[in-house]
Amino acid sequence: MKFGVVVFPGSNCDRDMQDALQNDLNKEVIMLWHKDRDLSMFTTDDCIVLPGGFSYGDYLRCGAIARFSNMMESVIEFAQRGGKVLGVCNGFQILCESGLLPGVLLQNIHQKYVCKNVNITNGKEVFTIPIAHGDGRYYASNEVLEELQANNQILFQYCDEAGNIVADANPNGALQNIAGIKNKAGNVFGMMPHPERASSPLLGNEDGKKIFALLGLTA
Amino acid sequence: MTTYHVQIKVMPLKDLLDPQGKAVLGGLHNLGLNGISDVRIGKHITLQIEAESELSAKTKAEEACKKLLANPVMEFYEIEMVQG
Repeated sequence: MKFGVVVFPGSNCDRDMQDALQNDLNKEVIMLWHKDRDLSMFTTDDCIVLPGGFSYGDYLRCGAIARFSNMMESVIEFAQRGGKVLGVCNGFQILCESGLLPGVLLQNIHQKYVCKNVNITNGKEVFTIPIAHGDGRYYASNEVLEELQANNQILFQYCDEAGNIVADANPNGALQNIAGIKNKAGNVFGMMPHPERASSPLLGNEDGKKIFALLGLTA
Repeated sequence: MTTYHVQIKVMPLKDLLDPQGKAVLGGLHNLGLNGISDVRIGKHITLQIEAESELSAKTKAEEACKKLLANPVMEFYEIEMVQG
Protein backbone atom coordinates (compact mmCIF):
# COMPACT_ATOMS: atom_id res chain seq x y z
CA MET A 1 0.00 0.00 0.00
CA LYS A 2 1.21 3.48 -0.77
CA PHE A 3 0.46 6.88 0.71
CA GLY A 4 -0.45 10.33 -0.56
CA VAL A 5 0.18 13.29 1.73
CA VAL A 6 -1.83 16.42 0.91
CA VAL A 7 -0.03 19.76 1.22
CA PHE A 8 -2.29 22.76 1.90
CA PRO A 9 -1.08 26.33 2.28
CA GLY A 10 -0.27 26.38 6.00
CA SER A 11 0.35 22.64 6.43
CA ASN A 12 3.41 22.18 8.62
CA CYS A 13 3.49 18.48 9.48
CA ASP A 14 3.47 17.29 5.86
CA ARG A 15 7.24 16.66 5.76
CA ASP A 16 7.20 14.96 9.17
CA MET A 17 4.47 12.66 7.87
CA GLN A 18 6.39 11.98 4.65
CA ASP A 19 9.57 11.23 6.60
CA ALA A 20 7.85 8.87 9.04
CA LEU A 21 6.03 6.97 6.30
CA GLN A 22 9.05 6.70 4.00
CA ASN A 23 11.91 6.19 6.44
CA ASP A 24 10.27 4.62 9.48
CA LEU A 25 7.53 2.57 7.81
CA ASN A 26 9.29 2.05 4.44
CA LYS A 27 6.28 3.12 2.40
CA GLU A 28 6.04 4.80 -0.97
CA VAL A 29 4.80 8.37 -0.51
CA ILE A 30 3.51 10.81 -3.11
CA MET A 31 3.10 14.43 -2.06
CA LEU A 32 -0.18 15.95 -3.30
CA TRP A 33 -0.63 19.68 -3.91
CA HIS A 34 -4.00 21.12 -2.82
CA LYS A 35 -4.60 22.75 -6.21
CA ASP A 36 -4.33 19.43 -8.07
CA ARG A 37 -7.16 16.93 -8.33
CA ASP A 38 -5.57 13.76 -9.65
CA LEU A 39 -5.71 10.67 -7.42
CA SER A 40 -5.66 8.19 -10.32
CA MET A 41 -2.32 6.76 -9.12
CA PHE A 42 -4.04 5.41 -5.99
CA THR A 43 -6.34 2.45 -5.47
CA THR A 44 -8.76 2.19 -2.57
CA ASP A 45 -6.18 -0.04 -0.81
CA ASP A 46 -3.95 3.03 -0.53
CA CYS A 47 -4.18 5.82 2.01
CA ILE A 48 -4.44 9.60 1.66
CA VAL A 49 -3.14 11.51 4.67
CA LEU A 50 -4.23 15.02 5.68
CA PRO A 51 -1.36 16.30 7.82
CA GLY A 52 -1.29 18.74 10.72
CA GLY A 53 -0.74 22.46 10.50
CA PHE A 54 -2.83 25.56 10.02
CA SER A 55 -4.36 25.15 6.57
CA TYR A 56 -5.54 28.49 5.18
CA GLY A 57 -4.43 30.17 8.41
CA ASP A 58 -7.28 28.53 10.35
CA TYR A 59 -9.44 31.33 8.90
CA LEU A 60 -13.16 31.19 9.71
CA ARG A 61 -12.84 27.83 11.49
CA CYS A 62 -10.01 25.28 11.58
CA GLY A 63 -10.27 23.18 8.43
CA ALA A 64 -13.30 25.05 7.04
CA ILE A 65 -11.64 26.46 3.91
CA ALA A 66 -9.40 23.47 3.16
CA ARG A 67 -12.52 21.40 2.73
CA PHE A 68 -13.34 23.24 -0.52
CA SER A 69 -9.92 22.88 -2.14
CA ASN A 70 -9.61 20.94 -5.41
CA MET A 71 -7.72 18.08 -3.78
CA MET A 72 -10.23 17.73 -0.95
CA GLU A 73 -13.03 17.25 -3.46
CA SER A 74 -11.06 14.31 -4.86
CA VAL A 75 -10.25 13.02 -1.37
CA ILE A 76 -13.93 13.10 -0.37
CA GLU A 77 -14.81 11.16 -3.51
CA PHE A 78 -11.92 8.72 -2.81
CA ALA A 79 -13.19 8.14 0.75
CA GLN A 80 -16.74 7.58 -0.50
CA ARG A 81 -15.38 4.88 -2.82
CA GLY A 82 -13.86 3.16 0.23
CA GLY A 83 -10.30 4.51 0.01
CA LYS A 84 -8.45 4.92 3.29
CA VAL A 85 -8.04 8.45 4.63
CA LEU A 86 -6.14 9.48 7.78
CA GLY A 87 -6.33 13.00 9.21
CA VAL A 88 -3.97 14.06 11.98
CA CYS A 89 -4.55 17.22 14.03
CA ASN A 90 -5.54 19.87 11.43
CA GLY A 91 -6.28 16.90 9.15
CA PHE A 92 -8.82 15.63 11.72
CA GLN A 93 -10.39 19.10 11.81
CA ILE A 94 -10.64 19.09 7.99
CA LEU A 95 -12.30 15.64 8.01
CA CYS A 96 -14.92 16.87 10.51
CA GLU A 97 -15.55 20.05 8.50
CA SER A 98 -15.92 18.05 5.31
CA GLY A 99 -18.46 15.73 6.89
CA LEU A 100 -16.33 12.61 6.42
CA LEU A 101 -16.27 12.31 10.21
CA PRO A 102 -19.01 13.44 12.63
CA GLY A 103 -18.59 16.18 15.23
CA VAL A 104 -16.22 19.10 15.46
CA LEU A 105 -13.02 20.19 17.24
CA LEU A 106 -13.51 23.24 19.44
CA GLN A 107 -11.03 25.56 21.12
CA ASN A 108 -9.36 23.87 24.11
CA ILE A 109 -11.37 24.31 27.30
CA HIS A 110 -8.56 26.13 29.15
CA GLN A 111 -7.84 28.53 26.25
CA LYS A 112 -4.25 27.28 25.98
CA TYR A 113 -2.31 25.72 23.16
CA VAL A 114 -0.99 22.36 24.41
CA CYS A 115 2.21 20.76 23.15
CA LYS A 116 3.26 17.69 25.13
CA ASN A 117 3.30 13.91 25.26
CA VAL A 118 0.01 12.37 26.33
CA ASN A 119 -1.19 8.83 26.93
CA ILE A 120 -3.97 7.45 24.78
CA THR A 121 -5.66 4.07 24.82
CA ASN A 122 -7.66 1.98 22.41
CA GLY A 123 -9.14 0.12 25.40
CA LYS A 124 -6.47 -2.57 25.26
CA GLU A 125 -3.08 -0.88 25.21
CA VAL A 126 -1.65 2.48 26.28
CA PHE A 127 0.43 4.57 23.86
CA THR A 128 2.45 7.72 24.47
CA ILE A 129 2.00 10.13 21.58
CA PRO A 130 2.62 13.90 21.35
CA ILE A 131 -0.18 16.42 20.86
CA ALA A 132 0.21 20.02 19.66
CA HIS A 133 -3.03 21.95 19.23
CA GLY A 134 -5.17 24.86 20.36
CA ASP A 135 -8.44 23.47 19.00
CA GLY A 136 -8.69 19.82 19.96
CA ARG A 137 -11.80 19.65 22.14
CA TYR A 138 -13.86 17.00 20.41
CA TYR A 139 -17.55 17.79 20.54
CA ALA A 140 -20.63 16.12 19.08
CA SER A 141 -24.29 15.85 20.03
CA ASN A 142 -25.38 13.10 22.43
CA GLU A 143 -26.98 11.17 19.58
CA VAL A 144 -23.72 11.20 17.61
CA LEU A 145 -21.74 10.12 20.70
CA GLU A 146 -24.12 7.23 21.27
CA GLU A 147 -23.76 6.21 17.64
CA LEU A 148 -19.94 6.38 17.87
CA GLN A 149 -20.05 4.09 20.89
CA ALA A 150 -22.60 1.70 19.44
CA ASN A 151 -20.52 1.24 16.28
CA ASN A 152 -17.13 1.11 18.06
CA GLN A 153 -16.01 4.22 16.19
CA ILE A 154 -14.02 5.71 19.07
CA LEU A 155 -10.41 4.84 18.24
CA PHE A 156 -8.45 6.50 21.04
CA GLN A 157 -9.18 8.20 24.35
CA TYR A 158 -6.85 10.25 26.54
CA CYS A 159 -5.89 8.27 29.64
CA ASP A 160 -3.42 8.11 32.49
CA GLU A 161 -0.31 5.91 32.42
CA ALA A 162 -2.29 2.91 33.62
CA GLY A 163 -4.90 3.34 30.90
CA ASN A 164 -7.65 4.83 33.07
CA ILE A 165 -9.81 7.28 31.14
CA VAL A 166 -10.00 10.04 33.73
CA ALA A 167 -10.69 13.79 33.62
CA ASP A 168 -7.15 14.62 34.81
CA ALA A 169 -5.72 12.96 31.69
CA ASN A 170 -7.89 15.04 29.34
CA PRO A 171 -5.66 17.75 27.81
CA ASN A 172 -8.35 19.81 26.07
CA GLY A 173 -11.81 19.10 27.46
CA ALA A 174 -12.78 16.65 24.71
CA LEU A 175 -16.09 14.87 25.36
CA GLN A 176 -15.44 11.38 26.74
CA ASN A 177 -11.68 12.08 26.46
CA ILE A 178 -11.97 11.40 22.72
CA ALA A 179 -8.60 11.69 20.92
CA GLY A 180 -9.50 9.89 17.70
CA ILE A 181 -12.47 8.41 15.85
CA LYS A 182 -13.26 6.58 12.62
CA ASN A 183 -16.26 6.71 10.31
CA LYS A 184 -18.96 4.08 10.31
CA ALA A 185 -17.53 2.29 7.26
CA GLY A 186 -14.13 2.10 8.98
CA ASN A 187 -11.99 3.63 6.21
CA VAL A 188 -11.67 7.24 7.46
CA PHE A 189 -9.62 7.92 10.60
CA GLY A 190 -9.10 11.19 12.47
CA MET A 191 -6.95 11.84 15.53
CA MET A 192 -5.47 14.85 17.33
CA PRO A 193 -2.21 13.16 18.55
CA HIS A 194 0.70 12.97 16.08
CA PRO A 195 1.87 9.38 15.45
CA GLU A 196 4.32 10.66 12.80
CA ARG A 197 6.25 12.47 15.53
CA ALA A 198 6.76 9.25 17.46
CA SER A 199 7.81 6.65 14.90
CA SER A 200 11.60 6.79 14.98
CA PRO A 201 14.13 5.36 17.45
CA LEU A 202 16.04 8.62 16.98
CA LEU A 203 13.12 10.45 18.57
CA GLY A 204 13.06 8.03 21.50
CA ASN A 205 9.49 6.92 20.91
CA GLU A 206 8.14 4.41 18.42
CA ASP A 207 4.57 4.13 19.71
CA GLY A 208 3.47 5.96 16.56
CA LYS A 209 4.32 2.87 14.51
CA LYS A 210 1.89 0.87 16.65
CA ILE A 211 -0.80 3.46 15.89
CA PHE A 212 -0.26 3.14 12.12
CA ALA A 213 -0.36 -0.66 12.53
CA LEU A 214 -3.59 -0.56 14.56
CA LEU A 215 -5.25 1.48 11.83
CA GLY A 216 -4.23 -1.16 9.31
CA LEU A 217 -1.86 1.22 7.52
CA THR A 218 1.29 -0.87 7.65
CA ALA A 219 0.13 -3.64 5.30
CA MET B 1 -30.16 43.13 -10.67
CA THR B 2 -29.88 44.89 -7.36
CA THR B 3 -27.05 44.88 -4.86
CA TYR B 4 -28.17 43.74 -1.44
CA HIS B 5 -26.12 44.40 1.65
CA VAL B 6 -26.17 41.51 4.06
CA GLN B 7 -25.01 41.29 7.64
CA ILE B 8 -24.52 37.87 9.18
CA LYS B 9 -24.07 37.07 12.84
CA VAL B 10 -22.42 33.75 13.70
CA MET B 11 -22.38 32.74 17.38
CA PRO B 12 -21.30 29.65 19.32
CA LEU B 13 -24.29 27.51 20.33
CA LYS B 14 -25.74 28.52 23.70
CA ASP B 15 -24.94 25.17 25.35
CA LEU B 16 -21.27 25.27 24.37
CA LEU B 17 -18.53 26.68 26.55
CA ASP B 18 -16.86 29.63 24.79
CA PRO B 19 -13.27 29.79 26.13
CA GLN B 20 -12.64 33.11 24.35
CA GLY B 21 -15.66 34.71 25.99
CA LYS B 22 -14.61 33.30 29.35
CA ALA B 23 -11.11 34.80 29.03
CA VAL B 24 -12.54 38.20 28.05
CA LEU B 25 -14.97 38.10 30.98
CA GLY B 26 -11.96 37.56 33.28
CA GLY B 27 -10.31 40.61 31.71
CA LEU B 28 -13.41 42.75 32.24
CA HIS B 29 -13.54 41.75 35.90
CA ASN B 30 -9.84 42.56 36.25
CA LEU B 31 -10.66 46.03 34.94
CA GLY B 32 -13.05 46.42 37.83
CA LEU B 33 -16.11 46.24 35.58
CA ASN B 34 -18.38 44.14 37.72
CA GLY B 35 -21.93 43.08 37.07
CA ILE B 36 -20.97 41.73 33.64
CA SER B 37 -21.55 38.06 32.94
CA ASP B 38 -21.90 35.50 30.16
CA VAL B 39 -19.58 37.06 27.57
CA ARG B 40 -19.75 35.17 24.29
CA ILE B 41 -17.76 35.92 21.19
CA GLY B 42 -18.83 35.21 17.65
CA LYS B 43 -18.31 36.63 14.20
CA HIS B 44 -19.93 39.43 12.27
CA ILE B 45 -19.72 38.96 8.51
CA THR B 46 -20.82 41.54 5.97
CA LEU B 47 -21.23 40.85 2.29
CA GLN B 48 -22.95 42.10 -0.84
CA ILE B 49 -25.11 39.96 -3.06
CA GLU B 50 -26.26 40.75 -6.58
CA ALA B 51 -29.71 39.33 -7.03
CA GLU B 52 -33.05 39.91 -8.70
CA SER B 53 -34.99 40.11 -5.46
CA GLU B 54 -34.43 40.36 -1.74
CA LEU B 55 -35.79 36.85 -1.38
CA SER B 56 -33.26 35.37 -3.79
CA ALA B 57 -30.45 37.34 -2.10
CA LYS B 58 -31.51 35.98 1.25
CA THR B 59 -31.69 32.44 -0.12
CA LYS B 60 -28.13 32.82 -1.37
CA ALA B 61 -26.99 34.13 2.03
CA GLU B 62 -28.66 31.14 3.70
CA GLU B 63 -26.77 28.80 1.38
CA ALA B 64 -23.48 30.57 2.16
CA CYS B 65 -24.14 30.17 5.89
CA LYS B 66 -25.13 26.53 5.63
CA LYS B 67 -22.24 25.50 3.39
CA LEU B 68 -19.37 27.54 4.78
CA LEU B 69 -19.89 30.54 7.06
CA ALA B 70 -21.33 28.62 10.02
CA ASN B 71 -20.94 25.05 11.26
CA PRO B 72 -24.28 23.93 12.72
CA VAL B 73 -22.57 21.45 15.06
CA MET B 74 -21.08 24.37 17.00
CA GLU B 75 -22.69 27.61 15.80
CA PHE B 76 -25.95 29.30 14.88
CA TYR B 77 -26.40 32.26 12.54
CA GLU B 78 -28.75 35.14 11.89
CA ILE B 79 -29.04 36.95 8.57
CA GLU B 80 -30.02 40.60 8.32
CA MET B 81 -30.73 42.35 5.04
CA VAL B 82 -29.64 45.98 5.30
CA GLN B 83 -30.90 48.84 3.15
CA GLY B 84 -28.01 49.94 0.91
